[in-house]
Amino acid sequence: MNANIPNAALQPAPDQGSLPIVHRKPPRPAVVVALRQSPASLPKVSLKNVCLSYQMNGNAPLQALKNIDLEVRAGEFLCVVGPSGCGKSTLLHLIAGLQRQTSGQITVDNREVKGTGTDRILIFQELGLFPWLTVAQNVGFGMRMKGVSKGEREARIREYLRLVHLAQFKDSYIHQLSGGMRQRVALARALATEPDVLLMDEPFAALDAQTRDLLHDELERIWAETGRTIIFVTHNVREAVRLGDRVVLLTFRPGQIKREYPVELPRPRHLEDVHVAGAAREILDDLRAEINKSLEVEYGDEALA
Amino acid sequence: MKRWLRNMLFYAVLIGAWGLLAKLKVWPPYLFPTPWGVGEAMWAGFADHSFWIAIGVSMRRMLLGYGLSVALGIALGMSVASSKFLDQTLGGLLVSLQSLPSICWLPIAVLWFGLSEKAILFVVVMGSLLSVTISMETGRKQLPKIYSMAGRNLGARGLKLFLNVTLPASLPYIVTGLKQGWAFAWRSLISGEMIFVTLGLGQLLMMGRDLNDMSQVVAVMILIVALGYIVDGLVFKTIERHLQQRWGLVPA
Repeated sequence: MNANIPNAALQPAPDQGSLPIVHRKPPRPAVVVALRQSPASLPKVSLKNVCLSYQMNGNAPLQALKNIDLEVRAGEFLCVVGPSGCGKSTLLHLIAGLQRQTSGQITVDNREVKGTGTDRILIFQELGLFPWLTVAQNVGFGMRMKGVSKGEREARIREYLRLVHLAQFKDSYIHQLSGGMRQRVALARALATEPDVLLMDEPFAALDAQTRDLLHDELERIWAETGRTIIFVTHNVREAVRLGDRVVLLTFRPGQIKREYPVELPRPRHLEDVHVAGAAREILDDLRAEINKSLEVEYGDEALA
Repeated sequence: MKRWLRNMLFYAVLIGAWGLLAKLKVWPPYLFPTPWGVGEAMWAGFADHSFWIAIGVSMRRMLLGYGLSVALGIALGMSVASSKFLDQTLGGLLVSLQSLPSICWLPIAVLWFGLSEKAILFVVVMGSLLSVTISMETGRKQLPKIYSMAGRNLGARGLKLFLNVTLPASLPYIVTGLKQGWAFAWRSLISGEMIFVTLGLGQLLMMGRDLNDMSQVVAVMILIVALGYIVDGLVFKTIERHLQQRWGLVPA
């Protein structure tokens, strides 16, 4: 399967089943917070021919990401799906500046990414909340590092804790919170730093279905209220269709963009909605081929026997 | 409450038995002191301020020496943990040096610094530095990478990252080493003071010996135990309780 067909999704291929993904014009989210808008012609985040390979001891280098070309509009909600081991998390680490690509260029607002920066905040899969700090101190951490004054910090902590409905837990410690609440603390901590781009790495993977549904609604609401650009990595295709303006499918090792799928279903969407399921189905069929490839590598030939 | 009562009873019986044994006069009082004699010596020591002065001098040396070894130990442990070369060379040396009793540094200290305050500090530092260093090093190695990644992601760098993320994150891993370091420093200090004649609790102990005053010897010994116990209870137990509350760790 060749990866150089990113535009195939723009005209639904005739053999792609009966459900077209395009339904209605997408409603634009109301932008409440003024953002550093990039000019209309420039994408917010842009990846050009990004490759990453690891030098394994003695062996040939392992190619994790290959020729990634991706442009993300300001205010867009982009979802990245792919089998485990395709390098989706690594992609976020590169954009966050926690890791450096082997070749290619990553820019945010047309400035090259050379290291970490608070214009891009990553929410880790393991969250990485600080257990020695209270909820409020966790949320205020990024601001404290930036040198925001105490008064403003406290006001913003209050604001963002209210946004994620955790105001009454500001003095709790992390271990006292449930999984869903921790997730919301991580979200508030990331938002409080007021990044333009929010990078989310399978943030809801470990949660139960009810909590996840709830957090989908909240994330969509917060996205609409704050107008942030979100790049959301998940292995759950339906979640990607539920949330994204666009879904990008990565191939298994090396991670390449296999296809892009614009999702133009009206919001708010529901995970169990038949149109969401239909759109997910199409992506899932493409994903399945990649998952089989990953199984072959991980379990050897017996997996498909 | 029950435990408290049991302990009261235990010490009452212990002191009672001691008193009885002393009363039987099996051994002369200059070899086996009476509890009331020790009590009197304790009272007299505090009354004429000699105990207060000794406590003050010893504690100041402890704070200085221990503080120095914590600062040095953290820096040394961090560098050993972050460099494979240092880990394989210096790391091994540090572990092997740990088998050297700290008082063995005393001859070097005297030759370098003379019978001075510096020499005694040197012995205290050498007594606790290694355990602080080794615990900092292992703590740093066990520390999950996610904390420093999250810290960097939120805009912390360099010294800020170290002070706000790495250090507090590794505290649960190093608190045992800090505690052990304090105990080692305390022992090194008292042994050092016993050999030097420069104030402090160790010197009081030796003075008791010189004067054949067994009551004072035992009183100072009790004082040394009590001080160690109080510091452990006030400082380290508080840190541990604090950590348990914050991190949600189950008490060991």
